[in-house]
Amino acid sequence: MKMEHDVLHDRVSAVEVKRWRDDFPALREKVHGRRLVYLDNGATTQKPQAVIDAETEYYSHYNANVHRAVHALSERATEAYEAARRKVQRFLNAAESEEIVFVRGTTEAINLVAQSHARPRLEPGDEIVISAMEHHSNIVPWQMVCAQTAAVLKVVPINDAGELELEAYERLVGPRTRLVAITHVSNALGSIVPVAHIIKVAHEREVPVLLDGAQAVSHLPVDVRALDCDFYAFSGHKIFGPTGIGVLYGKRRLLEAMPPYQGGGDMIRSVTFEETQYNEIPYKFEAGTPNIAGVVGLGAALDYVQGIGLDAIAAHEGDLLNHATQEVTAVPGLRIIGTAKEKASILSFTLEGVHPHDIGTILDHQGVAIRAGHHCAMPVMQRYGISGTARASFALYNTRGNVDALVAGLHKVRELFPR
Amino acid sequence: MSDLREIYQEVIFDHYRAPRNCRALAGASHKAEGYNPLCGDKVVVYLQIDDGVIRDASFEGVGCAISTAAASLMTEALKGKRVGDVQILFESFHDMVTGAPGVPQALGKLEVLAGVREFPSRVKCATLAWHTVLAALKDQREPVSTE
Ligand SMILES: Cc1ncc(COP(=O)(O)O)c(C=O)c1O
Repeated sequence: MKMEHDVLHDRVSAVEVKRWRDDFPALREKVHGRRLVYLDNGATTQKPQAVIDAETEYYSHYNANVHRAVHALSERATEAYEAARRKVQRFLNAAESEEIVFVRGTTEAINLVAQSHARPRLEPGDEIVISAMEHHSNIVPWQMVCAQTAAVLKVVPINDAGELELEAYERLVGPRTRLVAITHVSNALGSIVPVAHIIKVAHEREVPVLLDGAQAVSHLPVDVRALDCDFYAFSGHKIFGPTGIGVLYGKRRLLEAMPPYQGGGDMIRSVTFEETQYNEIPYKFEAGTPNIAGVVGLGAALDYVQGIGLDAIAAHEGDLLNHATQEVTAVPGLRIIGTAKEKASILSFTLEGVHPHDIGTILDHQGVAIRAGHHCAMPVMQRYGISGTARASFALYNTRGNVDALVAGLHKVRELFPR
Repeated sequence: MSDLREIYQEVIFDHYRAPRNCRALAGASHKAEGYNPLCGDKVVVYLQIDDGVIRDASFEGVGCAISTAAASLMTEALKGKRVGDVQILFESFHDMVTGAPGVPQALGKLEVLAGVREFPSRVKCATLAWHTVLAALKDQREPVSTE
């Protein structure tokens, strides 16, 4: 295991990582007089210059509304907007660009599926299956739709390592299951879920699957056709793109069968007071003037990631995670939360006798930005009987030096809070 | 490190490790629950009020060093205070931890928390127990939140 990562690591040289770092202006910031060590990538990632430039270029040179006018600027804006859709299609390896719906983020994508796909189909007693390691945004929309339809939420348990209990899952998907909605990578634990197996089991019972890809897309290659998943959601801001833009992928057959999510401009074909005809997919789900700059920026972000390649990114981050996992064990009283065999880029931990917020404040003082708290996954914290964790989450621009700064900071915490 | 010591003073560690009045108060006349949704920390504050004077004060719960020490120090400060003076005491404390301009009130031992003003994200930790006391005095039944 270790061997393999070391071999992979050799392919991503420190020089190369330095070049990637230089693409991100925010990484040059100083906090509390020190060069920023940004390890809160699970919350949001920094943006490369290419993304910042793409947004500026749009606002400076072709700002206009899309799909609405015959003038030149509007045509350029529309072209850029639709080109970005095709980039997302290629990024996810979707069959058609019409299967890509632009939304505000993962949260909105899941709410859209809950309200437009699930709600009209759910009968009292029907079941939605989620897991014990979901982000609140893959819990609450299902609770809401269950309250609206008297459907029932079923939760697949996890083991102490933070791995899905697959036998329990196979038992839970039954004749009343209407949808499985599961995270691809856990934001609180870092566990990579065996989604191909999850989908295979669900499809054997003719149940569609939604994957929450918020924490996955910036760390591992995703191929929705190879996975045969039915819905896939992710947020632009967690993959080096702008905030306020995200993606819902859905199979054409499913999207076409769904009623619109919101009503307004762009989502219609014709309107009279007696009757409105809805537009085709994906426009049916994109009511109102969209986040055009965000879409353009997201396209640039995906170009950036594909320019580097997710295999190289995964190899580099695997090395960082291994290094961090080894080094933190030297901090007395540190316990890693989430020790799944398959993990991506997230190191969640507690420190005996120190609240995560105190860890966060002291690390911040050393210039190290991490997240402390429940990470919008309160049921995960309850599962481990803790109120929260400190979480370091890595991205392509982090270095072994960043990990060492984290570990040095944790030794400082221990010094201030002796056992 | 020096300014970290300003927030993490010895007195704070002392009250974090060995919180004073950290227990349920049998026969409390007032009680309220507080919650900080940011970190999930919870506190229950108990008051024994007699003749408009706080005879006893205690708390249970809470988590980080700042919120625990703040609750502990607060219960010490409240004992013997007139109910009518609590609001003003809270306001002075709040001004201190938020670094509000103006003449600082003499707050005695509570002043060890003044360093919080350099850490805006931690103000809610320092004030959670205080918000809860105000709710207890209003006989509020719903848990108060720092949001
Ligand atoms: C696993 C997971 N799902 C969903 C979300 C929600 O993403 P957003 O807030 O961008 O909608 C997040 C982000 O915190 C996440 O980590």
